Amino acid sequence: MPLAKRIIPCLDVDQGRVVKGIQFVDLVDAGDPLEQAHVYNQEGADELVFLDITATHEGRGIMRDVVRRTAEQVFIPLTVGGGIRTLEDMREMLHAGADKVAINSAAIKSVDLISECAEAFGAQCVVVAIDMKRDQQGGWEVYTHGGRRFTGIDGLEWAKEAEKRGAGELLVTSMDRDGTQIGYDLELLQKLDDLVQIPVIASGGAGTLEHLRDGLMIGRAHAVLAASMFHFRQVTIKEVKDFLHEAGITVRKVDLK
Amino acid sequence: MIVIIDYGIGNLRSIEKALLQVSSHVVRTDNPQVIGQASRLILPGVGAFGACIEEVRKRNLELSIMDAVRRDVPFLGVCVGMQMLFESSSEKGDYRGLGLLHGHIKELTPSDPSLKVPHMGWNVVQPVQSNPLLHGLPEQAFCYFAHSFYATETDPEDVIAMTDYGCSIPVAFSRNHVYGVQFHPEKSHHVGLRILSNFATLT
Repeated sequence: MPLAKRIIPCLDVDQGRVVKGIQFVDLVDAGDPLEQAHVYNQEGADELVFLDITATHEGRGIMRDVVRRTAEQVFIPLTVGGGIRTLEDMREMLHAGADKVAINSAAIKSVDLISECAEAFGAQCVVVAIDMKRDQQGGWEVYTHGGRRFTGIDGLEWAKEAEKRGAGELLVTSMDRDGTQIGYDLELLQKLDDLVQIPVIASGGAGTLEHLRDGLMIGRAHAVLAASMFHFRQVTIKEVKDFLHEAGITVRKVDLK
Repeated sequence: MIVIIDYGIGNLRSIEKALLQVSSHVVRTDNPQVIGQASRLILPGVGAFGACIEEVRKRNLELSIMDAVRRDVPFLGVCVGMQMLFESSSEKGDYRGLGLLHGHIKELTPSDPSLKVPHMGWNVVQPVQSNPLLHGLPEQAFCYFAHSFYATETDPEDVIAMTDYGCSIPVAFSRNHVYGVQFHPEKSHHVGLRILSNFATLT
């Protein structure tokens, strides 16, 4: 049996609250991270991603205490990102209870950070997060600082480079699709799957069960990440798992007790 | 008292908080005296085998572990902690393990090139013999794995569960009062908590 495809709710956190924006702006409050984490753990999410979305932009460190208390709620893998700049930041997050750490802007600034982290803690806990936007030439370009800063770097080349440097996984967000609920950028996902060997987590655009299925089947992603559709209770994790199972995708089903 | 052997590697809070769900008395320590009073012992492990076993030996914990095993204290190795129960490992060198189980730790090399190493994610743990550690698991018991090395040349009598990853690999072991699991029960949700609860209540 192949590994189960993973369903990952994403907690975008700002000032200690879960928020959800559209194309990275217009943030709406979506609850308390501790409560959300607890519910997702109970419902059978396969992993949780906790992103402090304004940490880098505001030039501050991630809220360690919120991470620590969120980690207490979950018995599934937890990935934490936002404002991670150094090896020491990463160590601190792992000690706060993260199982994996996502690095984004800092990896662009200093590509050696990826290999340093992989060397120190193992590739399995280094997730490189990449925010991409389509350009005029039919490619994708990388943005940093929570989507605020254009880098001029080619998205696919950066993905390849991140793998080469020792990333264990890629978390790729389509900025064009983020918060729109019109579906993942499937073309981008396919290109990434052709290009890299490491698992790709699809992010940005999921709004329906079909979108999640397509991300996994057509986009060939290893995991699908979504925020709005879970936070606002449009669907439950159980409904997602049942639907994907029916579609013939291997998922970890949880008997709710 | 469940004692988690803390030899300074990795974050042990995950396993501690999972054990606190199934037992009220959980301690993390490298103090041989406290280890000597344990009613259950857990040996965790992350990262490279060599670094782990060297830390265990540097702190003179091998003696305390062997002593507990001689007294039949239930003993569970998790992930690299499981790997250390075996005779040796060839991860980044050649290291001698605790030798409590027959077998050697070697690199995972799936024959199917589309299968990635590390073996990372949720996979089904399939019991191959009845054992109290695995009581009450659902039909499809998914557990969370993150490893690149595995136990081979093991004694079939010790193997209590297998997982399919291109080939069948042994992932749970039991010999007398010594147990080992390659996956992370503390990250494996209900299934993992059930296994830890089984361990906490072994008679």
